[in-house]
Amino acid sequence: MAWQWFHKLGSPRWFYEKTSRWLTWFAPLSVALLLVGLTWGLAFAPVDAKQGNSYRIIYIHMPAAVLSLAGYYLMAIAGGIGLIWKMKLPFMVMQSAAYVGAALTALTLITGSLWGYPTWGTFWEWDARNIFMLILLFLYLSIIMLGRVYPVREAADKACAILALVGTVNVPIIYKSVDWWYSLHQPASIKLTGSSSIHPSMLYPLLLCIVAYYCFYTLSLILYTRQEILAREARTKWVSELVNTQSSHTKD
Amino acid sequence: MSEQSTVTTSAWRTIVARDLKLIWRQRTDVVNPLVFYLITITLLPLGVDPSRQFLGSIAPGMLWIMALLATLLSLDTLFRSDYEDGSLIQFQLSAEPLFLTVLGKVTAYWLTTGLPLSLISPVLASMLALPDGGYIALMLSLLLGTAIMSLIGALGAALTVCLRAGGLVLTLIVMPLYLPVLIIGANCVGSAVAGFSFLRELALLGAGLAIALIVMPAAIAGALKISANQ
Repeated sequence: MAWQWFHKLGSPRWFYEKTSRWLTWFAPLSVALLLVGLTWGLAFAPVDAKQGNSYRIIYIHMPAAVLSLAGYYLMAIAGGIGLIWKMKLPFMVMQSAAYVGAALTALTLITGSLWGYPTWGTFWEWDARNIFMLILLFLYLSIIMLGRVYPVREAADKACAILALVGTVNVPIIYKSVDWWYSLHQPASIKLTGSSSIHPSMLYPLLLCIVAYYCFYTLSLILYTRQEILAREARTKWVSELVNTQSSHTKD
Repeated sequence: MSEQSTVTTSAWRTIVARDLKLIWRQRTDVVNPLVFYLITITLLPLGVDPSRQFLGSIAPGMLWIMALLATLLSLDTLFRSDYEDGSLIQFQLSAEPLFLTVLGKVTAYWLTTGLPLSLISPVLASMLALPDGGYIALMLSLLLGTAIMSLIGALGAALTVCLRAGGLVLTLIVMPLYLPVLIIGANCVGSAVAGFSFLRELALLGAGLAIALIVMPAAIAGALKISANQ
């Protein structure tokens, strides 16, 4: 009985119907959080003594970096669940997470280079974190590409899952690389233990931005997965019924 | 217990012997990476400043990058012929575990690419005016590094064996996973040239090889089951 919820997770239809109800309050909430967090950080947080206003890009850059790493783990875990229990839904989540994660990694790289120009004097520096963000983008792209070139859908899902699981070996190295090849990039600003090197008036909007990004990530993952479900289950009865009711609604 | 272990080692040995024999009959394929390595290293000084000082400063990285590209060159053929003539299905049907077969194939592959590349690297290093301290570090790091890269590359080859134009995808899959090996390997030679101890980097490469030996054969076997059975 206790495992019933877990088996429900394997059903794309159950997921689609549940998330339809969740989205009515979750979508406005995450957009509102994002707007509040970014406005607070970009407009109302105090100006930095050394970097001036340019530091404000951290409110876009840093949560995206956090999420692109966390998203990789999520993708690999979803792939692992799909491989072990042979469920359809985790594979769909994995494919969607690859797209969302690649977009966030690209955002991290772009904002990072825009931030680097006023502070380091260069758009691109061969620094450990820069390199590994780029490599993370390649890891995401390789999974997206592998999923697209395979002729059979099920085989593509399993192949991507194996690649994602092997790629997770690289993710701890991304974190460790900061210590190994420390050069221009500043060390991590937020520490869970000990005091942070960032003032509370700048820290609180940053934390809010991270929470908002997590919500926004979940939102985009759900939306992407729903789209993936509809695309893959297009021939099933419930999807065609859904389409019929939707189109009759729009006619009224 | 001992009987079982002899059976498994003999299975591994059979595959290694079979693959070595097959490769020997197609000798030109084996020479390909070596020729590529030789040619790129020869072309390099013609494209840049050929002074000994400049060449010596870029030699550790260049020798490593060219070796990496050379191993990529022949990767696509690793499972190709077995896939096309149906041997891959037979490997899966046989009583021997697939990961042992895979390990045998990767061993034979490394013996015919990684090992020769490492062995000729000192000659090419002297052409690139690598400073005196770096030769042993170069050979040892290439020996360990090419073994890791063979295991990683075999995964990419296994995932793409069923694709018509798998080459580009293979490169995209394998390159990010090669990166730590390249960094540590080039660092190993670099610190040896600078006169420091390079044992730390060698130990890291050895640890990487140990992990790859545990993880990769199973992953490659899983990938082969997926790509061969569609």
